[in-house]
Amino acid sequence: MKAQPADHPLNGLLRTERIPHIWCPGCGIGTAFSACLTALLNSGMDLTKTAMVSGIGCSGRAAGYVKLDSYHTTHGRAIPFATGMKLAKPELNLVVFSGDGDLFAIGGNHFIHGARRNVDLTVVCVNNFNYGMTGGQAAATTPTYAKTTTTPLGNPDTPFNLPLLAYAAGATFVARWTILHNRDLTRCLEEALAHRGFSFVEVLAPCPTGYGRRNREKPLDALHLYQEHAVIRNGASPIEVELDPKRAITLGTFVQIQRATCIDMYDKVCRPAVAL
Amino acid sequence: MTAKLWRTPLDAADIEVTRGVVHIVEERCKGCGYCIAFCPREVLELGAHYNAKGYHPPIAKRMEACVNCHYCEIICPDFAIFSVAAQS
Repeated sequence: MKAQPADHPLNGLLRTERIPHIWCPGCGIGTAFSACLTALLNSGMDLTKTAMVSGIGCSGRAAGYVKLDSYHTTHGRAIPFATGMKLAKPELNLVVFSGDGDLFAIGGNHFIHGARRNVDLTVVCVNNFNYGMTGGQAAATTPTYAKTTTTPLGNPDTPFNLPLLAYAAGATFVARWTILHNRDLTRCLEEALAHRGFSFVEVLAPCPTGYGRRNREKPLDALHLYQEHAVIRNGASPIEVELDPKRAITLGTFVQIQRATCIDMYDKVCRPAVAL
Repeated sequence: MTAKLWRTPLDAADIEVTRGVVHIVEERCKGCGYCIAFCPREVLELGAHYNAKGYHPPIAKRMEACVNCHYCEIICPDFAIFSVAAQS
């Protein structure tokens, strides 16, 4: 007998009138977004006190698809907006969902200062190695030798190691997963949501239209690369977490430490009477 | 289909294998093929028909093999497929 289910289990968290979304066939953002929604559902948090903030870019569209309070901010400024919301209403749970170009190129400074202050945010960065929405230009995360529209001969520059950058700047939870390692990713996002302090999760996702097309990488090829080259090393030092899609992709939860958050320190220094 | 085993587990008779039913939301599908490629029981295959957007959604060719692992559901970038426990 065929069961009659109502709907997709995540429909309750989606603005279904906007689905199908704009992301290309084979784009990994949808999977990362779905893992994030599942983690939100599983976390048991009060979703009426949860907000999703995102910047500009393909991944930035996520704020428009989630049926929670959400904020689609200006380019690169998702973390400052989220920081402001957290300071104004410390009871809010804030998820920043954005892309590598938004968080680490135009928003790079905001990221490092958010991490330095240890603002209590969960930052999910979908890393697809290029600026997808504007036509596949080289970004701060494009691997060396990779071809993009602005580096037709191959990228001469070295990409950021995002977990190392986050750790060096002061993030207290740092992890990297791919969309293929979905169950680990979802569990990790749940931990990141529960973590008090600046949590950073990098999610590797294929961009078939921008990056894949110029590097002869079909969406399924990208997932097979993840499958073949993934090395899971939980607790590894962020200095050693290599990311070379053709050789080794180090995944895992690398850093999980406790440190006074931005609001803790503010209360301690500026409002000693309140904080006791 | 029974799984290939080099010996039958001692508790094989007691193990209850979960069964699932896959549901495909055709109008959301973009035909990326992730669910087909990564289904551990090879339940799905690319359909020959089109949806409204001109993509080929998958069809469940071997629904009886589904073990309700939900992997198609979590790998789908388009919220277009999900599985539920089969009612016996």
